[in-house]
Amino acid sequence: MSSTSHEVARGPHHNSGAASTALSAHSIDKKFPGVLANDSVDFDVRAGEVHTLLGENGAGKSTLAAVLCGLYQPDAGYLMRNGKRINLSSPRAGLQHGIAMVHQHFRLVERFSVSENVILGSRDLPFKLNRRDINEKVASVAESYGLPIDPNATVGDLSVGQRQRVEIVKALYQGAEILLLDEPTAVLVPSEVEKLFENVHAMTAAGKSIVFISHKLGEVVEISDRVTVLRNGRVTGHVSGRGTTDTKELARLMVGRDIELNAQRATHATGHEILQIRNLSLSVENVAVLSDISFNVHAGEMVGIAGVAGNGQRELADTIAGLISPTSGSVSISGAMTTDCGPIQAREVGLAYVPEDRLGMGLVPSMTILDNLLLTRDRKVVVDRVSVRPEATRLIEQFEIKANGPDHLARKLSGGNAQKVLLARELSGGRSATKLLVVCSPTRGLDVGAIETVRRLLNDARRAGQAILLISEDLDEVLSLSDRVFVLYRGAVVLETPGESAQLSQVGAAMAGLANEGRS
Amino acid sequence: MNQNIWILMSADAIAIATTLIFAALGALFTERSGVLNLGIEGILLTSAISSFLAADASGSVWFGLIVGSVIGAVMASIHAVLSVVFRANQIVAGLALVIFGTGLANFLGKPAEGKTITTVIKPLSFGPLSDIPVIGPIVFGQDIITYLAIALAIVASRYLFNTRPGLELRATGDDPATVDAQGLSVARIRIRYTMVGGALVGLGGSWLMLAQSAGWHQAATTNGLGWIALALVVFAGWRPMRIIFGAVLFGFTLQLPFTLQAEQITFIPSAFLEMLPYLATLIALIALSRPGSRNSLGAPRALGTPFVRDER
Repeated sequence: MSSTSHEVARGPHHNSGAASTALSAHSIDKKFPGVLANDSVDFDVRAGEVHTLLGENGAGKSTLAAVLCGLYQPDAGYLMRNGKRINLSSPRAGLQHGIAMVHQHFRLVERFSVSENVILGSRDLPFKLNRRDINEKVASVAESYGLPIDPNATVGDLSVGQRQRVEIVKALYQGAEILLLDEPTAVLVPSEVEKLFENVHAMTAAGKSIVFISHKLGEVVEISDRVTVLRNGRVTGHVSGRGTTDTKELARLMVGRDIELNAQRATHATGHEILQIRNLSLSVENVAVLSDISFNVHAGEMVGIAGVAGNGQRELADTIAGLISPTSGSVSISGAMTTDCGPIQAREVGLAYVPEDRLGMGLVPSMTILDNLLLTRDRKVVVDRVSVRPEATRLIEQFEIKANGPDHLARKLSGGNAQKVLLARELSGGRSATKLLVVCSPTRGLDVGAIETVRRLLNDARRAGQAILLISEDLDEVLSLSDRVFVLYRGAVVLETPGESAQLSQVGAAMAGLANEGRS
Repeated sequence: MNQNIWILMSADAIAIATTLIFAALGALFTERSGVLNLGIEGILLTSAISSFLAADASGSVWFGLIVGSVIGAVMASIHAVLSVVFRANQIVAGLALVIFGTGLANFLGKPAEGKTITTVIKPLSFGPLSDIPVIGPIVFGQDIITYLAIALAIVASRYLFNTRPGLELRATGDDPATVDAQGLSVARIRIRYTMVGGALVGLGGSWLMLAQSAGWHQAATTNGLGWIALALVVFAGWRPMRIIFGAVLFGFTLQLPFTLQAEQITFIPSAFLEMLPYLATLIALIALSRPGSRNSLGAPRALGTPFVRDER
């Protein structure tokens, strides 16, 4: 189906009259070894509109974006810019046609100032740089799109949202007319998302085209003039019109079946206290990372920790897991004091830990699934693979891990399957039955299908009576799964709220540090 | 106290400093692009003997200097190919270059042993300025290459911080993925500056040979100056201007034991003083070789790390 055959009566919201097609892709094919990432894909974006590419991870949206900006060359099909056929041999060629990509992982030099980052790579710069001129020019570009930013600030000192703004300013400075934003909200807190959307509107109002890449349905409906849904490399549907879109329908187009969008809380009467944290404080090089944290997690309860990355979440998890000794305070797991005892002691009394860094801390990438499972099993001198093999095979089946069997290398697993292996290992118990599960960002980077599975597995574990501490930057996830939610800000608990009745605005404000200070 | 001894010592200290400035600037350009080249000592030796042989055969010291620089760039290109193209461990590749360079220089130097060169680089004359007591011979008694070294450090500083290619160079050393995303070639930049660095080191080695020692003394010709240059880059925080002061400081420290011996000042054993620069170098090199301490010293973030574009 060609996108142009699906013309909408309603034009982009601010633009009266027929907006011209700024960039279009026709029958794009892109093959990678073993996969057809794009299969005869048609796509177009008009001047002054937001056209979203929606799809799960691996659906081919990033591949298409890479083709649109010149990072990849299509195996078949072609691109047209303002009605003329173009050939993009590199991102630089894309830029010359006014097409720029804002990557999910920022391409910024942390030690450089904002303006140094913005001008890096610009070819029309003179040999000798005049800092004042450049700062002025960068500031004026930024301001004209409502993206205020200090050109002299060091990028390393900026928040994630500000860094993203630097990336956008950079694209605009380089003369981009069409901006491809790759999962731009994945790293932002709610207030920053709002700000980003304002900026997007300012840019479309100025006639720029935005290609918005996302798998989050809610925001897609909010921001898009049009949506193109991709699945398995093919276009499965077009939807037009802001706000009129049915998220269920989009989800079905995306996944190919009906899915439960909101993870259901597995309501369960909570039992006795499993995890007890008392006045936990941690200082690293005289900087307080955690300050005076106390809470309990009961059997059959899921407690969520929300917060912007870097507010002490990782340290809290590592302290509970026995990897870090706190400066003061105590941790006990099912009645046994585990402070300062080390990770092996903590595991002996029933701790299971799913760290944020799956392939770094969680699994050994160069080892097989079987060997990874063995890591937390026995600690005998001679490794007994034979007796664990049947269990490994059973776990692969039970956790729906897509692998060739227990001998599949961990590094060859997709993100979702690696996470499932990790969960399988931690939930199936090692030397002792799992009583407490600490999980960090369990669904980050996973596609919708895998997210659904992982959340179901967590709920199952809770129903089975395990105490779960869920640490995640995905606020929706924390709020929808947890019985109680704590918000961490600069290492302190600034808000406690029941998950069910939590107010997004209140939690968001606490995450941004506005809980204690009040509104000024 | 014999004033002349101290003047002589200062002149010698500045002479050593000249070699150090060239070698350290060469290492600095290399490292700013993210390549750690520990083979500076090997490059110094090879270019020193090459320049000696070239000057001896042609009768021109200037030709010798040019040959020495070119050989420096060629030697550095070995390291560039190993570490940039083949992504070898840069510490290992650099150490291999030292061993290779030392061996090659000793082999090439066989016919040069015991020979001296008749035409050496002469100090410039500033007329009456050179006759000012104490300051005259120290400040105005150097040859043109020494002044060139100082000028080069100043130019290098301007280049690094105030030009477009300098910006791209610093970005390559700190965050090559970003440079790559801009469509610039990380490999090309790294190879280019590793070779430019090698040429500068080569110039330093040639000058040391042709203006200073004026005879081939195998490894004692450079006496570890290549290692000290590496340490100097660390102490200078990868900033060219600081290299000038650091080089002079190291120059004096290296000369001091001889002067004290000549002055018969013995309350500090001269062996202890001789050891100091090398001790400082040892500490700096250990710090440079550990990724953790490297970062806290303010080294380019990607120093010593081969660049691999992450494939999706």
